[in-house]
Amino acid sequence: MATLLKPLDAAETAREELERWIDATQKKSLLRFITCGSVDDGKSTLIGRLLYDSKMLFEDQLSTLASDSKKQGTQGEALDFALLVDGLAAEREQGITIDVAYRFFATERRKFIVADTPGHEQYTRNMVTGASTADLAVILIDARKGVLTQTKRHSFLVHLLGIRNVVLAVNKMDLVGYDQSAFDRIVEDYAAFAKTAGIGTFTAIPVSGLKGDNITSRSAEIDWYDSPFLLEHLEAVPAAERKAGDEPFRMAVQWVSRPSQNFRGYTGRIASGQVRVGDPISVLPAGRNTFVERIVTFDGDLDQAVAGQSVTLTLTDEIDCSRGDILVAAGERSDAVSRISASLIWMSDEKLVPHRSYWLKVGTQTVSASIDTVQSITDVNTLEISDGNALALNDIGKVVIDLDRAIPGVRYVDNRKLGGFILIDKMTHATVAAGLVDDFPANAVRRAAGPTSTIIWVTGPDRALWAARTAAELKAQRRQVSIIDEEAIAGFPADDPVLTAREAAKLLAAAGVHVLVTIEARPGEAHPGRVVEASNEDNGGGEWVI
Amino acid sequence: MYGLRDKVAAEPGIELLVHRNPEAEKLGINPFDHGPLHTDMWKTEGLKQALDQYGFDAAFGGARRDEEKSRAKERVFSFRDKNHRWDPKNQRPELWSLYNAKKGAKESIRVFPLSNWTELDIWQYIYAEGIEIVPLYLSAPRPTVERDGTLLMVDDERFPLQPGETPVDRSVRFRTLGCYPLTGAVESEATTLAEVIQEMLVATTSERQGRVIDKDGGAASMEKKKQEGYF
Repeated sequence: MATLLKPLDAAETAREELERWIDATQKKSLLRFITCGSVDDGKSTLIGRLLYDSKMLFEDQLSTLASDSKKQGTQGEALDFALLVDGLAAEREQGITIDVAYRFFATERRKFIVADTPGHEQYTRNMVTGASTADLAVILIDARKGVLTQTKRHSFLVHLLGIRNVVLAVNKMDLVGYDQSAFDRIVEDYAAFAKTAGIGTFTAIPVSGLKGDNITSRSAEIDWYDSPFLLEHLEAVPAAERKAGDEPFRMAVQWVSRPSQNFRGYTGRIASGQVRVGDPISVLPAGRNTFVERIVTFDGDLDQAVAGQSVTLTLTDEIDCSRGDILVAAGERSDAVSRISASLIWMSDEKLVPHRSYWLKVGTQTVSASIDTVQSITDVNTLEISDGNALALNDIGKVVIDLDRAIPGVRYVDNRKLGGFILIDKMTHATVAAGLVDDFPANAVRRAAGPTSTIIWVTGPDRALWAARTAAELKAQRRQVSIIDEEAIAGFPADDPVLTAREAAKLLAAAGVHVLVTIEARPGEAHPGRVVEASNEDNGGGEWVI
Repeated sequence: MYGLRDKVAAEPGIELLVHRNPEAEKLGINPFDHGPLHTDMWKTEGLKQALDQYGFDAAFGGARRDEEKSRAKERVFSFRDKNHRWDPKNQRPELWSLYNAKKGAKESIRVFPLSNWTELDIWQYIYAEGIEIVPLYLSAPRPTVERDGTLLMVDDERFPLQPGETPVDRSVRFRTLGCYPLTGAVESEATTLAEVIQEMLVATTSERQGRVIDKDGGAASMEKKKQEGYF
């Protein structure tokens, strides 16, 4: 195979050649991908083929595989590659994949980690686990069966988890006589589904895992297809790490390093972008600005560092910054939020209990959280959306979550590492759900008066609805509430209606009335709550609510 | 191995705690007379005793997913109950780089930071960073006997020879170091790190091929050991 690791000439210890080789290997990019498909789609055969053809299977493993295939295999006389990836006794016994298995292989151009994920609906949570770190998904379809319910479920989950490189591998082409029209029909069907599921683009490749067509080399049988074969495509897809380097700098603080009185550094792995000595940065959620003084590593100071590197930063100012805070490039605005709307994938046998307190781990911090409302549940098979108030195992729902303190708001679509979270049961300590931060309902809301009354600035598309609901809740608690809406603000003197609204709100608040101001943020002003923040410092400040 | 371990601990001033299973010591459990029981008592039970005695929350290990098929299913943060048991069918889902480190009293977590490294990654790293290794990884003439297809090194008089066995000097090294003598050697001419890496590139057998313990209970041998608390 042209794509394999080429063994060096073992005769002479060409140290130089080895060093060149090691250097080249270390520069190889890494692609993480998942394979999804049902039991009979030939998923394991495909992975086995990739490993086998890239010399990642050794003689002793092959002979073990041969004897296992005789004992437990389902492929007659042939090797049952499924037994290679199904590493647990229960999986081999039942002939199904229960848990994700990670396999490793490399070509001359790239290193790969493939997560073999279970197809059964029962193990959706494990598929989601594999998908969370993948850059690409290979979705297998049996050419004889076409697009199935499972195909749709897998595609939906892959899209939900933010994987934007989708390969549709139409497998078992040998069993349909390498017929182009069979392939075209499946691609057409899938394209129609993909459109409804919001999947923008995908790459369809006709393959046969069993015969090795279009896997690690071009198929002679499928002469009507001239785009890259599977491995060629996997080698060419842009690696996520490179893309992450082009994004704005973000790093969650993992540890505040204080080995002595004279040193205080903030340690973490850079989630995206790059950072240089002297760069202006902000500390979130507080929003304080400072500059990078040094980039410290075990091997000495660096001038710059990029996504994926673990570093310790020292800052020019002594500012409040602790574990869980996020350092970002200055100008990267991010609201401090204590209420988030999210997509939640329930992973526990025990159902979600609204208003019960869970641990929520996001970035490098863990906060206390409770699910306020379950807004909708998506059926992963039909993609139909229904109402509901409880999530059971493998359910996917849209929820609103309240946190016990403000965190830097990062959406999953903007950063997978910082916008994804897990929920942990406080009693059993089990990981019960995975979540993706979608949005911040009524973002930019701030408590601006004393404990007895509040001014709440409400922005966001649902501001009127949210304000009305909150007002009703407060009224139910026998509080005095007033809403200053946009219509009222439009009626204020034209020179600065927002300022007038603010002053009016302050007067009302001083009189013990809760005030809700619904307003659209002006251009250049992320949210008008900041205005209140400035004028209210002398008022004892306040804290974000909702 | 012990020499390098002590040195590595001493340099940065790490407090090294050594625990030996007193029962195994008393009963004189050894690999020659007791077979798999030796692994169980010295490694599995000994480790559990030490974790209980010091009440550690977490234990770091160097296991990798590419080593063995049940290890391919292992989490990076792998939960163990009060009895140090692993429940492979009910592992905590591990998403993104969010690790769930919550646990109750007396429960513990085995942490495998090198989960996604391959054998080749390890050796390249050792080479690039100039890390000191145990000499047994490099080839040298050593007295060996071949038993059940495995090359065993005859280190000293503790090794009881079976009838008809005579130690033969062979140029061997170890690709993996487990407990002596349950780890087989490989014939090799690689006397330098560079040669070891080159040899690996053309290797046709896997790293754990020489580990007798992987096979002593059938196909699910490692999974069973891990469930019982083995690293």
